[in-house]
Amino acid sequence: MTIKELSKEEYLLKGHAACAGCGPSIALRLLFKALGNNVILVVPACCTTVIQGTYPYTSFAVPLQNILFESTAAAASGIVAALRQRKLEGTTVVGWAGDGGTVDIGIQALSGAAERKTDFIYICYDNEAYGNTGMQRSGATPYGAWTTTTPSGKRERKKDMPLIMAAHRILYVATACPSFPIDFVNKLRKAKDIEGTKYIHILTPCPTGWRYDTSKTVELGRLAVQTGLWALYEIEYGKFKLNPPSDRLVDEAKRKPIKEYLTLQGRFRNLTEEDIGQIQKWVDEDWERYRKLTSNSTSDSTLYGKT
Amino acid sequence: MAQMIIDTANHITGYAARAARVKVVAAYPITPQTTIVEKIAEFAESGKMDVEYIRVESEHSAMVACIGAAAAGARAFTATSAHGLALMHEALHWASGSRLPIVMAVVNRAMGAPWSIWSDFSDSLSQRDTGWMQFYCADNQEVFDTVIQAYRLCEDGQVFLPAMVCLEGFILSHTYMPVKIPDQDKIDGFLPSYKSGWILDVNRPVSHANLVSPEWYMEFRYMIQSAMENAKRIIPEIDREYGKIFGFEYGGLIEKYKCEDADLILLTMGTMGSDAKIAVDQLRKEGLKVGSARVRVFRPFPVEQIRKLSEQAQMLATIDRHISFGMEGFLATETKASIFSLKDPPLVAGFIAGLGGRDVTSKTIEEIAKKSIKWMRLGRVEKETEWIDLRE
Amino acid sequence: MSSSLKSRKEMPLTPLSSPSVGSMGKTGSWRTFRPEVDNSKCTRCTICWIYCPDAAITRQDDDSPKIDYDYCKGCGICANECPVKAITMEREEG
Repeated sequence: MTIKELSKEEYLLKGHAACAGCGPSIALRLLFKALGNNVILVVPACCTTVIQGTYPYTSFAVPLQNILFESTAAAASGIVAALRQRKLEGTTVVGWAGDGGTVDIGIQALSGAAERKTDFIYICYDNEAYGNTGMQRSGATPYGAWTTTTPSGKRERKKDMPLIMAAHRILYVATACPSFPIDFVNKLRKAKDIEGTKYIHILTPCPTGWRYDTSKTVELGRLAVQTGLWALYEIEYGKFKLNPPSDRLVDEAKRKPIKEYLTLQGRFRNLTEEDIGQIQKWVDEDWERYRKLTSNSTSDSTLYGKT
Repeated sequence: MAQMIIDTANHITGYAARAARVKVVAAYPITPQTTIVEKIAEFAESGKMDVEYIRVESEHSAMVACIGAAAAGARAFTATSAHGLALMHEALHWASGSRLPIVMAVVNRAMGAPWSIWSDFSDSLSQRDTGWMQFYCADNQEVFDTVIQAYRLCEDGQVFLPAMVCLEGFILSHTYMPVKIPDQDKIDGFLPSYKSGWILDVNRPVSHANLVSPEWYMEFRYMIQSAMENAKRIIPEIDREYGKIFGFEYGGLIEKYKCEDADLILLTMGTMGSDAKIAVDQLRKEGLKVGSARVRVFRPFPVEQIRKLSEQAQMLATIDRHISFGMEGFLATETKASIFSLKDPPLVAGFIAGLGGRDVTSKTIEEIAKKSIKWMRLGRVEKETEWIDLRE
Repeated sequence: MSSSLKSRKEMPLTPLSSPSVGSMGKTGSWRTFRPEVDNSKCTRCTICWIYCPDAAITRQDDDSPKIDYDYCKGCGICANECPVKAITMEREEG
C-alpha cells in the first residue's frame, strides 16, 4: 500500500471549520480513504462538532450523528443494534471522539460497549486536552503540559487508554498517528474486517493548543513517534506488536531525544531540565514494557473467541 | 385470540413492548422497574420476541442507545425509575430535540436523598420540560393500552416526539390485575411498522444536530411546541380509535367521572384517579356534588379540557403526589395557569399527598373533598397548599 | 456560507444538515501565507495531498497538486512536508 493507492474521493469536504493545520482533520480524511462512505459516524461534543460547520450545512458527506459528550459508544451501540435488525450489517459504525470524550467523561459508555463486544470501531483522536472548549487539561494531557487549567504545567501523567481498552480483551486495539498515513489506513482496514469492538487511539497534534506553528503538525506527529513518546502498535487477538517505525525503537539508541519534540511546542515552555529528565525516564520505562510485551506476547486465540 | 392474563403492571409492560414489535431495547436495572426488563429478557432469550437487547451499563447509555437505534431506523424502548430517569435527563432533551419516537416506561419512584423505593411523581415530573409527552396510568390494562397508543402517537407525522408511560411503583408495578391482551394482528393493524421523521442513511448522508446558530434555533423549539399542540388533538383521536377496536378507552387527555353537574372537581393523576372515583360515589351518597377528573396526559397539558371543567365547577381541588420545593405541586400550578385567563375562574386548592409511597385512600380523598367544600362555601381558599396526613 | 433557506416551512423537523463544500464559507480568506507550487521541482509524490487538513489540494491525473485557494487556510503543512521543497509559502498581499 502506498499513498497513491488511496482514493481521491473526499468525504470531509473543503471549507470546513477546523483551525489551520488541524491534525484531527488529516486523520478524518484518512479515515474515509480507508473505510469509504458506507459509514455512519457518531460524534460527541469535541472539535469535530465544530469542524462540521453550522446548520443547514455540514462538511461531512457521510451520515453523522451528533451525540452527548459521554455517550459516543452508547449511541453507536443503539445504531449497531438497529442496523442488525434491519440487516444492514455492511455499514461500518465509527465512534469518533476526542480525548476528553474518551478517557474522561466517555470512558464508562466505551467500557460498557467494549465489554458487550459491540461491533464498531471507536477512534479516540487525542490532542491531549479539551480542545473545543479552549485547551483545558484532560486525563490524556501529558506531564508538564500547559493548559488553561494547568497554567504552570500538569503534574500528573497521561492515562494509558489503549492498554485500558486492551484489558477489555477486545479483539483489536491499535495506536496510530496521521503523520504515518499508511499505518493508520492499514489499521482501519484491518479493524473493519474484525467483528466486535475495535479501538484505535491516534495522536493528533493541535497547533492551537500545543502552541506551535501550523506547518509543523505532521512533523510533530512524526517526532512524537521517533522520540518514542508515542509508540505505534497493535494488539490483535491479545498479541502485542510494534509497527514500523516504532518497532526499531526498542533499541534506545535509535530513539531521538524527547527534547526535539518538546522544545517545538509552547505548551512545554515551563519544563525544567529535571522535568525533561523525568519524562525521558518514563519514556524509557514504557519502552522496557513494550519490549517485554513484544517478546512475551503470544496470542491465546481461544481466550479471544477466535476459532 | 385475545387473551386474558393476570399479571403485574411491569410484566404487562413487557407484553406491551412485545406486542408493539419493539426492535431494540436498551435497559438497565433499577427498583421498581426491573421486572419490566427482566420480562423482556425472558421474551428475547426464549425467542418469543425479535429484538436486539442491549444490556447497557447505565440509564444514561440506555437512553442514548435508544436515540441511536431510533435514528438508525428501529422502534426503541426502555424503562426506568427515579434516579435512573434523573441520570437520563440530558439525553431526554436530546431525544426530543432529535424528534425521535421513543417510548419509555417510567415506574414512578420517589427521589432521594434519602433512599426511597416507593412511589411518587417527583421523578417523572422533574422531567416536565424535556419535550417528552407524559402519560399517567391508573391500572394495568391502561398500562398495556397506553404503551401501544404511545407508539402510534409518537410515530404520527404531526408529532414525532418521545413519550413516557408512567405507572406507580408497587401500587401498579408489582400488583397483579387481569389484563386483556388483544390479538397481535389487530395490534399490527392499529400500529403499523416503525416510522420516524428522519433516518441515518448512507445513501442520503446528513449530519444530524450539528451546531445551530441563533438564526435557526428558535424555530426548532417552536416546531416541538407545535408538535405538542398537535398531540393534544391526536391523543383523543387515537384513544377513541383504540377504544373502538379493543374496547378500552380513557377519555383522551383527561378521564372525567361525574363532572357534568359537579360543584367541586377533584383533579388527580395515576392510581389516585381510581380512589377519587370511589370517593366521589361516597360523597354523592352524602348529597355532595363532587366529580373526578384524572389528568392522564400531563404533557401536553390538557389546558382546554380543564377550562371546560371550570365552566360550571365552582371549585377545583388538585391532589399532587409531588412537590416542587419552594412552590407547590405541578398539577396545582398547571391547573391554576390553565384557568387564570378565564373571566370568572373557580377557586383552586392544592393538596400534597402520598409522597414517598404514603397511602392515599378514598377516605383521604373524601377528607380533601370535604375540606375543599368548606372553602368553596366560604368563597375563599384558606390554605393555598395543604399537606395531607402530615405528622404534627 | 449563508443559506438560501428563509421560511420555517422549508426547515426539517430537527436539524439535518446537508454535506456542502464551504460549510464554513470560503475559508481561504483565513490565509496569511499562500502556498505556491513549483511544478518543475514537483516529483508527483502526492505527500502534500495526503497531509492537507483542508482537502484543499486536489491530486490531478498526473499526480501533481492543484491548490484550491478558495479553501486553503495557508497552514503550510504542504510546504513543510514537501520532500523536494517544491512548495513555498508567500505572504498574501494586502
